[in-house]
Amino acid sequence: MNKMTRKKPTRKEKMPINTGAMILEPGSSLRNKTGSWRVRRPVIEKKKCISCGQCIKFCPEGCIKFDKGKKADVNYDYCKGCGICAQVCPVKAINMEMEEK
Amino acid sequence: MKAKENRKVLECSQAIAEAVKLCKPGVIAAYPITPQTRIVERLAELVNNGQLNAEYINVESEHSAMSACIGAQATGVRTFTATNSQGLALMSEMLFIASGLRLPIVMAVTNRALSAPINIWGDQSDAIAQRDSGWIQLYCESSQEAYDTTIQAYKIAEKMLLPVMVCVDGFTLSHVWEPIEMLGQKDVDSFVPNYNPKYKLDPAKPITIGPISMPNSYMFFKKQQHEAMLKSLGVIKETNNLFSKKFKRKYGEGLVETYRMENADYALVAMGSACGTARCVIDELRKKGKKAGLIKIKCFRPFPSSEIIKTCSKLKCIAVIDRDISIGNAGALFTEIKAALCNQHIKINNFIAGLGGRDITQDMLTEAISKIGQQKEVDWLF
Repeated sequence: MNKMTRKKPTRKEKMPINTGAMILEPGSSLRNKTGSWRVRRPVIEKKKCISCGQCIKFCPEGCIKFDKGKKADVNYDYCKGCGICAQVCPVKAINMEMEEK
Repeated sequence: MKAKENRKVLECSQAIAEAVKLCKPGVIAAYPITPQTRIVERLAELVNNGQLNAEYINVESEHSAMSACIGAQATGVRTFTATNSQGLALMSEMLFIASGLRLPIVMAVTNRALSAPINIWGDQSDAIAQRDSGWIQLYCESSQEAYDTTIQAYKIAEKMLLPVMVCVDGFTLSHVWEPIEMLGQKDVDSFVPNYNPKYKLDPAKPITIGPISMPNSYMFFKKQQHEAMLKSLGVIKETNNLFSKKFKRKYGEGLVETYRMENADYALVAMGSACGTARCVIDELRKKGKKAGLIKIKCFRPFPSSEIIKTCSKLKCIAVIDRDISIGNAGALFTEIKAALCNQHIKINNFIAGLGGRDITQDMLTEAISKIGQQKEVDWLF
């Protein structure tokens, strides 16, 4: 006789129930690494990059920056792999590659 | 000020606008819809004349009106808007958001029938259809009550952090001219202090308003919101009391008002301007020796179950007048009252009347009383 028991879903003990669900500390979304949602990842060919900044402007997550050599650089912690950067790059320096498991 | 100086004859819509002006909202975002237009036009005029220092945003729809109010209120600014029927229905999703975010927005609703078919006249189906939206709903019988309730609404809303709808029957009340005892700016300033929320959107102190809430937390927020609504019952009574102490006018104890209920055997129960008509009917009945009274429901949300149980405790039967119909069931007020009184031995009859601006006459209410206790539970008065 196997009884299937389901654990009651609990809320995290330390999470406050603020009025109106306000989150009072700024920047809390940084804790959520949305990069884990990715299926494809943008790979930038630094040699081809002309530092135009289009990918930076169009990225909906704001997670592409110029590196020290003023070449586009992706923050893979938050990149969701939407592919907009690859679409807008005028020199096709960005390729979308399957995320390796 | 001498008593006569602060008494003016005003259209109810204008009285509401004057009351809003005294409460000094910082942002008014509204879209016109008959019969609310008279309120927002007057407010636009006051802003244009420099008599009201508010940002008047001419939005492109009622959904935007509520969205703009939500945004503005979240930055710590008092807001106001007005709508009814199709407009209220259009902003439906935002109503739930305003209350979920616990923003004390005050909105006048000039209750009007919902399409289809198109009907621009008075009927309470619009606000009643939004009874689950988490808004406090206060219904007014007279222009004076609408004026007073608008001022009280800001105090209640800001204390409980819940939005409030001030309801007046479209045309039947919104467009009538009545003498109003006006209050002065100092009176209202002392009654409704400046809006100063603890938390608001401010680039200097960033916070998040409106995050996602997963299954592990959402239910706790809803319970918190529901409990705040229940707590409002007390706050609404307190506010009514305080208003009465300061300005010598009260509406029952704030939730339910009674008329000639002493030793009554049966009662009419109604909401809104029909209560005025009901008072005349009760007077006639009392003249004939009938022991009838009126129970006026002022606060529909939160629902004042204990007050209703207390008021009806010695009655044999009641006739609930609904200026709305929950298609497929019965009048909404009837359904909620029946639920509240489920453990009492009292016969409750429902009379649907006055939909789409159809007049609720003294004859109709007299008919309702004569049919009280009848077998047919839900009856329509034409």
